[in-house]
Amino acid sequence: MSGLERSGQNASSRFSIDFKALGPFLALVLLFILGTSINDAFLSSGNLSNIFTRSAFIGIIAVGATFVITAGGIDLSVGSMAAFISGAMIVVMNGLVETLGPGLETVLIGVVLSIVLGIGAGAINGLVSTKGKIEAFIVTLGTMGIYRSLVTYMADGGTLSLDFEIRGTYRPVYYGDLLGIPVPVLVFLAVAVAGYVLLNMTPFGRKCFAIGSNEQVARYSAIHVDRVKTMTYVIQGICVSVATIIYVPRLGSASSSTGVLWELEAIAAVIIGGTMLKGGYGRIWGTVIGAIMLTTIGNILNLTDAISNYLNGAVQGLIIIVAVFLQRGDWRRKKSK
Amino acid sequence: MTDTAGDAVDPGIGGELRLSGRKICKSFGPAQVLFDVSIDLRAGEVHALLGENGAGKSTLVKILSGYHQPTEGELVLDGANVSFADSAVGEAHGVILIHQELNLAEQLTVEENIFLGREIKRGWFLDKVAMRAEAKRLLSQLQCNVDPRARIRDLAVSDRQMVEIAKALSKKADILILDEPTAVLTGREVDILFDQIRRLREQGVAILYISHKLDEIKAIADRVTVLRDGRHIITEPVAELTKDDMARLMVGRDITQMFPDRVSDTSAPIVLSVRDLSLAGQVRDASFDLHKGEVLGFAGIVGAGRTALMEAIIGLREKSSGVIERNGKPVRISSLQDAKDCGIAYLTKDRKGSGLLLNMDMRPNLTLLALEKFGRVILDRKAEEAALERAIAAFDIRAADRKAKVGDFSGGNQQKLLLAKVMETDPDIVIIDEPTRGIDIGTKSQIYHFIGDLTDRGKSVILLSSEMPEMLGLSDRIAVMAAGRITGILEGNDRNEHEIMRHATGISGQEGVSVHERT
Ligand SMILES: Nc1ncnc2c1ncn2[C@@H]1O[C@H](COP(=O)(O)OP(=O)(O)OP(=O)(O)O)[C@@H](O)[C@H]1O
Ligand SMILES: [Mg+2]
Repeated sequence: MSGLERSGQNASSRFSIDFKALGPFLALVLLFILGTSINDAFLSSGNLSNIFTRSAFIGIIAVGATFVITAGGIDLSVGSMAAFISGAMIVVMNGLVETLGPGLETVLIGVVLSIVLGIGAGAINGLVSTKGKIEAFIVTLGTMGIYRSLVTYMADGGTLSLDFEIRGTYRPVYYGDLLGIPVPVLVFLAVAVAGYVLLNMTPFGRKCFAIGSNEQVARYSAIHVDRVKTMTYVIQGICVSVATIIYVPRLGSASSSTGVLWELEAIAAVIIGGTMLKGGYGRIWGTVIGAIMLTTIGNILNLTDAISNYLNGAVQGLIIIVAVFLQRGDWRRKKSK
Repeated sequence: MTDTAGDAVDPGIGGELRLSGRKICKSFGPAQVLFDVSIDLRAGEVHALLGENGAGKSTLVKILSGYHQPTEGELVLDGANVSFADSAVGEAHGVILIHQELNLAEQLTVEENIFLGREIKRGWFLDKVAMRAEAKRLLSQLQCNVDPRARIRDLAVSDRQMVEIAKALSKKADILILDEPTAVLTGREVDILFDQIRRLREQGVAILYISHKLDEIKAIADRVTVLRDGRHIITEPVAELTKDDMARLMVGRDITQMFPDRVSDTSAPIVLSVRDLSLAGQVRDASFDLHKGEVLGFAGIVGAGRTALMEAIIGLREKSSGVIERNGKPVRISSLQDAKDCGIAYLTKDRKGSGLLLNMDMRPNLTLLALEKFGRVILDRKAEEAALERAIAAFDIRAADRKAKVGDFSGGNQQKLLLAKVMETDPDIVIIDEPTRGIDIGTKSQIYHFIGDLTDRGKSVILLSSEMPEMLGLSDRIAVMAAGRITGILEGNDRNEHEIMRHATGISGQEGVSVHERT
């Protein structure tokens, strides 16, 4: 009997390790099989490129969120930040049409502005929470409200629309492609690769892991904890701004409802991907797959009549909970501890 | 000798047999850590469990108390086979374990911790008055002066350990297991604990006691069981064994020379000099010099301010005044990074709270303090692996599984890893706070010789320790602190236990022979 128990234990620990590494990937494959069986159109290149392009926004933001969460923080302000940055970009670019015309310069200035605002907004989140010793949850809850109301104010309660001619210049950033791959997908890939290298192969990434695992130990290991944590929020800000740069030509407008609930989708993508919400362990590829999964669910529901499209959120919620439940493996380990 | 069948006819010193483990085996994944170990606990007897770091002592007692399940073998309680599905079942049968690692909820108060999960209620509500009174009573029994309302995270480790003991006492154990309770306690607290253990023994409680301090085993235990590499070696009445016997049985060889031979040279140049350093409320006007190749001991009772002084020197705490000179030049150290740049490294005594990332494996832990050595832009994994290889060899780190989380390591191997981590920065001055806490006697000797090698190579060491033999055996000079002040720096023949105690308790006043000049 005890022999049986032993082999059982071995098998279970191996099972949970495999699940941790490959779980999100397997789940995505299952989703794709499901999608194909529901509708042949699912695997058409048009639909696939649609899925990947749409995942790009949340995915890019979620790559930034992986850094914040791995280092033990949280950023709830990303959705509002995206709305605010799009609003500011539109206002400034529209204003520049008279002097600079609707050409490349105007768009470039808009892009630079977006990056500057992203860095600034991230730095505010980071500095207030570290220097002010206020929980990140509270700080970013506050800035979430602030950025959201700023965009409402800029739009005077309505919608800010990008000048029609600028849209023409700017359009390829969303609708263009390189060797048949849509630009947003390429940007997503580039951000993910850069994020992977930064998190897994550099001293900075190692410090993020250390801080998320135990801040005290990090401090006793000569790590400037506040500096590194602030940097994670700045990275998050940059990711939001990159996502916004792609997003603006798609919608061509910004209003108080832009980017609503993006923060939760980004966090969901991170968690589905196997990053620990309490910090100390993060996985960029998991996050990428998490973001694609979330979009795929919506896409599949669009292709089928079996479940109402309105239940998209419910299905996503269910998947998040199940994914985390399976990954933790605690439900097995608890018994033996 | 490894044959355990002899246990059956073991005369035993105490009363009737209460709990036995029979032919216990335990594996974690592929690694087997216990092999057919049997042990008997008798009422009214203190049974000591001895063994090197990683021998499997903690694993064995976790099995006896239901925290782990044996892979093979069985538990027998009062003649009947039992199996404890978890620790709660074990406790329901009267088996209480005080863990080697402190197991308190840091955010909760002392009284909340003592009654965690067993709160006293009055109707539907918590009876806070009753709980506070009971907590006070338990703590005063241990002559422990902490406020029941204090939060655990604000307590010193020794106080935390006393709270842990109070909690165990409140559970009315029939079988009490203490896993290295004294590793973080001071001499006075150890005496108090021993009084309590003797009291419980008289009441017929069966006690299993783990410690690396052989003096303690001699003082408190009736019988001793030695484990080596997960195997039962011997069970004997304590009176039959000398300390040397026990050490030899544990390590499997004779330990000939505990301390390294060192020649102290007080004319060597001064590498670090601290002048009038103060730290609000903790340290006042501390001044001392450290010579090249010297071991400078810092003695004192808990709360004397030794750790605070050191953490102020290396920039982990903000000092209110004072000057630090390195090789005669004043330096500004306001962060640990600055200290590292000055060639000063610090080994914390709180290896779990501030030393190691318990949820990670060895490699990231080893290189964390010296990351820039492994690449400023991209970390060189191969170099990290090579460093790990070297550290495992140099510090004799024994891990069953190299990829295992550091939190699953035995205490001694964690300590060696921490030492390796600190030495990765290749410092000229090493400040070591309690280097051998929870470390077995063979490894202790290894660490002492390692410190000797350091000074032979011209490095200087500041040693904080509450273990008198290591303080006396290693230090060239001993600075003694009391209530935040350095009350004396003892040299030559003054380095003895009596002088240290005189200065540590503040009885000596200022007349000590080599007391540092102060206003
Ligand atoms: N949960 C676990 N998972 C994997 N290995 C473990 C686990 N717990 C203990 N081990 C391994 O089992 C061996 C015995 O560890 P144990 O903690 O019992 O030693 P110990 O005798 O208490 O040592 P120490 O004196 O250092 O406390 C060690 O090699 C350790 O790494
Ligand atoms: Mg142990």
